[in-house]
Amino acid sequence: MNTGLQVRNLSVSVPTTSGQRLAVDNISFDLPKGKSIALVGESGSGKSLTAYALMRLLRAPVQIEGGEVVLNGELISNLTPQEFRKIRGGKIGMVYQDPMSALNPLMKIGKQIVESILAHSDIEKNAAKKRAIQLLQEVGIPAAEDSFNAYPFEFSGGMLQRVVIAMALSGNPEILIADEATTALDVTTQSRVLNLISQLAYDRGLSVLLITHDLGVAAQFADELVVMYAGKIVEYGEIRGIFSKPLHPYTQALLESRCDYTIDFTKPINTILGQPPKPENRTSGCAFAPRCKFKEDICESNDPRLESVLHRSVACLRVNEINALSGRE
Amino acid sequence: MSAQTAIQTTDLTKTYSGARGEVIALNKASFTVEQGKTLALVGESGSGKTTVARLVLGLVPPTDGEVSILGQEISKLKEREMRSLRRDIQVVQQNPYSQLNRRHTVKRIVETPLKAFKEGKPAERNDRIVEMLEAVGLDAAYLRRRPHELSGGQCQRVAIARALVLNPKILILDEAVSALDVSVRAQVLNLLKSLQRERNLTYLFITHDLGVARYIADDIAVMFRGKIVEKGSREEVFEIPKHHYTKNLISSVPLAEPQEKSTKPKTIANLPNPNPSDACAYRSRCERGQVETECVSKVLVPNSNKSHQWLCHFPLNERI
Repeated sequence: MNTGLQVRNLSVSVPTTSGQRLAVDNISFDLPKGKSIALVGESGSGKSLTAYALMRLLRAPVQIEGGEVVLNGELISNLTPQEFRKIRGGKIGMVYQDPMSALNPLMKIGKQIVESILAHSDIEKNAAKKRAIQLLQEVGIPAAEDSFNAYPFEFSGGMLQRVVIAMALSGNPEILIADEATTALDVTTQSRVLNLISQLAYDRGLSVLLITHDLGVAAQFADELVVMYAGKIVEYGEIRGIFSKPLHPYTQALLESRCDYTIDFTKPINTILGQPPKPENRTSGCAFAPRCKFKEDICESNDPRLESVLHRSVACLRVNEINALSGRE
Repeated sequence: MSAQTAIQTTDLTKTYSGARGEVIALNKASFTVEQGKTLALVGESGSGKTTVARLVLGLVPPTDGEVSILGQEISKLKEREMRSLRRDIQVVQQNPYSQLNRRHTVKRIVETPLKAFKEGKPAERNDRIVEMLEAVGLDAAYLRRRPHELSGGQCQRVAIARALVLNPKILILDEAVSALDVSVRAQVLNLLKSLQRERNLTYLFITHDLGVARYIADDIAVMFRGKIVEKGSREEVFEIPKHHYTKNLISSVPLAEPQEKSTKPKTIANLPNPNPSDACAYRSRCERGQVETECVSKVLVPNSNKSHQWLCHFPLNERI
């Protein structure tokens, strides 16, 4: 069965001055086969923790508090750590933000890829080397055979990120998680690396979970968008719908505060005042309420739940009033 | 040079010698920034943007060429004169945390420049620090905090306060908003714009983000491999870019407008050729440069139309 990845009620807790608190709070989303979704939000919104939880790369005291992860119809969240090693780097590959720290600086690039191939298949060393060179070619590294023997410091950031992508592909994954994979790159390099990821996704039928704080990157890349705030999903749906008519006040504010070259430079940019709350400071009610221009008393007393509005999910108590919707769907 | 010129560089060149021979980090860069205006230097990493900042601040000597700050050529200044000029030219860097001493309180961080220039008695200093913090949107409650208790945006505000506490005329902002989240970046950009208006500050704004450059700058200089390949007013550069690299940079910015996803993605563009030469360094990545022989053989001479200048044999001429 090839149904992609389903995440159900995932929660992750972190230690704070007032004990363990949820930094990812009961989130659910679907990553269908061959599709890509973007997880966006500010720093501290829990988007990277979500990725690390899916890869089971968290270390105590940061821990998964609950939830189910299903890959191709099989529940993978209850696998033993031993069993999960086949999934991590095998069925699910991951690309990290900083390519320099994702690679061993003292080890030749080719050897690092070979190591990762051997960890996930039973082929011989020579065959693994051939496969590594193929992978380097596939990600657009020129003179792949020479590059096989190069060290990470000999490569630029964009080239290193290609190597990391090659490594993520070495286990023939079905799911690729890219955690701020292009954030550290220049615009021109970023656009080439994003093109590369879409090309690979198309050729290999990969499902991609793209984690980014850049709305532009999300818009150019993904089919669906998940907006996170303070550990919760506040808006989730088809990407063009959200960009043309964002419904949650946070999504609206985030889009208004962007600074790309289409905005009016004669006016100040609309900003969101204040800071997102830290896990220990989250109280009941809507976490965005203190920064929201549509806040009313009800927002501080009642917890908003994700509800279906205009073919998407939105967690806002006043969504219908704010957007002048008729309130039925 | 007019009295209103804040920064002027002429054929500014810097070479570094490394294990693999000489690297030309900056190649004959000339530009002028008038007082109260903002020039944005844009380009990718390795284009020489930060080298310009270091030379303009007088932190490293140029290999060739000149830098004049407020009408004074800095290579001719004595140590003492340079020191007093430093009062007028300050810097804000990229990383909000690493540019502040994490063991010092906000008060001590902002006080350091005042002490260095022996300005005021402690009580007066305290007033100036509080006043400065208020100008950047922080209140007196922050005086005793240390960097780890602040968010990235607040650290950047402290760095701006430290840079402005001596009332300088020029601020060098080296990727000062690049590490910030969208909403915080917008706050800091708005702050920088209003401080500039209130204090008639001159900004040299270094960024790889074209959206930020367009928002903050009056003039734009586009750098590629150590050369300024195009410069002009914001309107000239963004509306009718002449250099193929500028157009490539503009079209590489991911816009927050989702595209109709085509089933087959675009093919991957060419990778950069790592060997620049005297001819056009961009030719290996340029559609035109790969077919025209002139791009390899002919030496580039600057072309211009009023304030708009470019380094290209086959300039574009379309409105974007």
